[in-house]
Amino acid sequence: MSEMYVSGQSGIGRLIEALAERGHRVIGPVVRNQALVYDEIEGVEDLPKGWTDLQEPGKYRLERRGDEKLFGYVVGPSSWKQYLNPPEEVLWSGTIGPDGFQTDPPPEPPLYAFFGVRPCELAALAILDNVYTTTDGVPTFGGYTATREKAFIVAVNCSDPGGNCFCVSMDTGPTAKAGYDISITEVAHSGNMRYLLSSGSAAGAEVLAGLGGLDEASSDEIEAGDAVLARAAEMMGRELDTNDLPDLLKGNVLNPRWASVGDRCLACANCTMVCPTCFCNTVDDNLSLDGTHATRTRKWDSCFTLGFSYMHGQPMREAVSSRYRQWITHKLSSWVDQFGEMGCVGCGRCITWCPVGIDITHEAGAIRRGDLRDTHITVGGHSS
Amino acid sequence: MALPKLAVYKFASCDGCQLSILDVEDLLLDIASVVHIANFPEASREVVEGPYDLTLVEGSISTPHDAERIHEIRRQSKYLVTIGACATAGGIQALKNWKDTDLFMSTVYAHPEYLETLETSTPIKNHVEVNFELRGCPVDKMALVEVVAAFVQGRRPNIPEYSVCVECKRKGTPCVMVSHGTPCLGPVTQAGCGALCPSYNRGCYGCFGPMESPNTEMLAAAWQRLGASHRDLVDAFRGFNAYAEPFRITSDHHEALAVAKGE
Ligand code: SF4
Ligand code: SF4
Ligand code: SF4
Ligand code: SF4
Repeated sequence: MSEMYVSGQSGIGRLIEALAERGHRVIGPVVRNQALVYDEIEGVEDLPKGWTDLQEPGKYRLERRGDEKLFGYVVGPSSWKQYLNPPEEVLWSGTIGPDGFQTDPPPEPPLYAFFGVRPCELAALAILDNVYTTTDGVPTFGGYTATREKAFIVAVNCSDPGGNCFCVSMDTGPTAKAGYDISITEVAHSGNMRYLLSSGSAAGAEVLAGLGGLDEASSDEIEAGDAVLARAAEMMGRELDTNDLPDLLKGNVLNPRWASVGDRCLACANCTMVCPTCFCNTVDDNLSLDGTHATRTRKWDSCFTLGFSYMHGQPMREAVSSRYRQWITHKLSSWVDQFGEMGCVGCGRCITWCPVGIDITHEAGAIRRGDLRDTHITVGGHSS
Repeated sequence: MALPKLAVYKFASCDGCQLSILDVEDLLLDIASVVHIANFPEASREVVEGPYDLTLVEGSISTPHDAERIHEIRRQSKYLVTIGACATAGGIQALKNWKDTDLFMSTVYAHPEYLETLETSTPIKNHVEVNFELRGCPVDKMALVEVVAAFVQGRRPNIPEYSVCVECKRKGTPCVMVSHGTPCLGPVTQAGCGALCPSYNRGCYGCFGPMESPNTEMLAAAWQRLGASHRDLVDAFRGFNAYAEPFRITSDHHEALAVAKGE
């Protein structure tokens, strides 16, 4: 195990500044429009000190904590995919002129430091890495890989899980295991905030070594950090029984629950937009009025739009029930066939940010309770 | 080769959508280089006779004269595109569809006998075949340019039909419904405005009309959980796109409930 350091809030400030000095654009949680979103930060004073987030299905409220914690909340509507796979991005553009056709030079990939990445989000990044790499390790989406490889990751372990969190069910949190350069655990010690810092990479060790003013953590301090995270694991707002789940969903294509959720669902696509692993995009080709300048733009898409399944002159998933079924089945079942793991990390965003509060754990639970696999209902000629 | 001829016509409307064409500024010259602006009284006195290759129609049908005029315009137009909430849904003036027109006439005008008006304000598609509808109150000027470009290039316009929420999330705005309980029409409204209102901490007013598969009743139920009354729902769904079918059905339903509950 790497060495564990301890500091006060000033050490966190120095860390942010040190990353900026190394040329990183530091992105972290900030308060905006009554929620915590990710945006550029310059120092410790930009962090949401003393705030927490109350999360329920379809409901999010920022509230004052009554203490000075810097990290006493969980995840908001943004996720790191917005920096690695931006919501809208020009993939390619070019102009036809007297010298023939010329493409515009692509922009340099930005150098980010992601500050305050939660354990479930580290897991989401690992899932996206898997999505954007072939089994032979070849990147399939250059823009993502170029930005991702250069990004510096500061993880923050979760001391205050939210009402819609279920990372314990998905085995992704509340403690970061791998995939970070530096990890931080915040420990409230009789009103005084202490930060345990450890490195997970050579770059992380170098930054910590150069920081100055850090103490070596005592065994008592390390134990206090472990206790915070052990308690956090008991505070999950939700639970998802993943046992046999991929098969359960595959065997319940005709479950009547789909009609029920299809009635409630708005097909608004909020759940897929906020999900840190949903990766679907659409591509628009645009040509200037005079036909000389072409632009190909990639935009976030969702399996909840009609255009998503449009082929041969009509959408294949007209019923909203079939669109919801596609989403949950992809996340928890067919993702395993495709990438060897589930596409859900238990962050709870899709539950919180669904305007009508549809809950993925609740829907999966309802399918399990009404499991049709033993009832021999026939699907397309096969007994399911 | 002669440029395709463009005509712009106005029916019952505020002129805002036509002004969006003039509002494209620099691009107006580009438009004029790919189409011949043949009949656009708001922009030029020069009127070249039809037939036209591309006709943009603003406004709704609210008089017997207009109900006839639109047929003549259709006959003159190869490709007819309606622009704005008035032309695509009947506009804010479609609120009269729920009221007694004679009462308005006698209240507002000293001599209503000189007026000729219909009982309803209706979208152009209720009268003639429409090739494409561009939504919005007003339309987005860049979307207008896209429609003209697509027409000239012989392709489908890149105009989304999914919800405002998709644009709202792409923009990174925290949801106003979820984060402060402000009712929003975004989930049932078609994208196109760039989710303007939520980025100013307000709910969407539904300017772009119903999205491709609007679940208005479930959104109405969510509004009620946030404290909206049936009356509030009637007011919300009876905006610029009041007469668009999904919005109309929902406002009628909640009006009946409001009456039944004495709201
Ligand atoms: S499916 Fe929901 S809980 Fe799972 S990772 Fe996506 S947003 Fe988070
Ligand atoms: S759930 Fe839908 S939007 Fe998300 S990755 Fe799968 S198909 Fe794409
Ligand atoms: S589950 Fe919720 S967030 Fe997702 S599309 Fe349906 S209503 Fe929207
Ligand atoms: S603020 Fe409105 S438009 Fe934006 S996500 Fe929420 S409901 Fe949708």
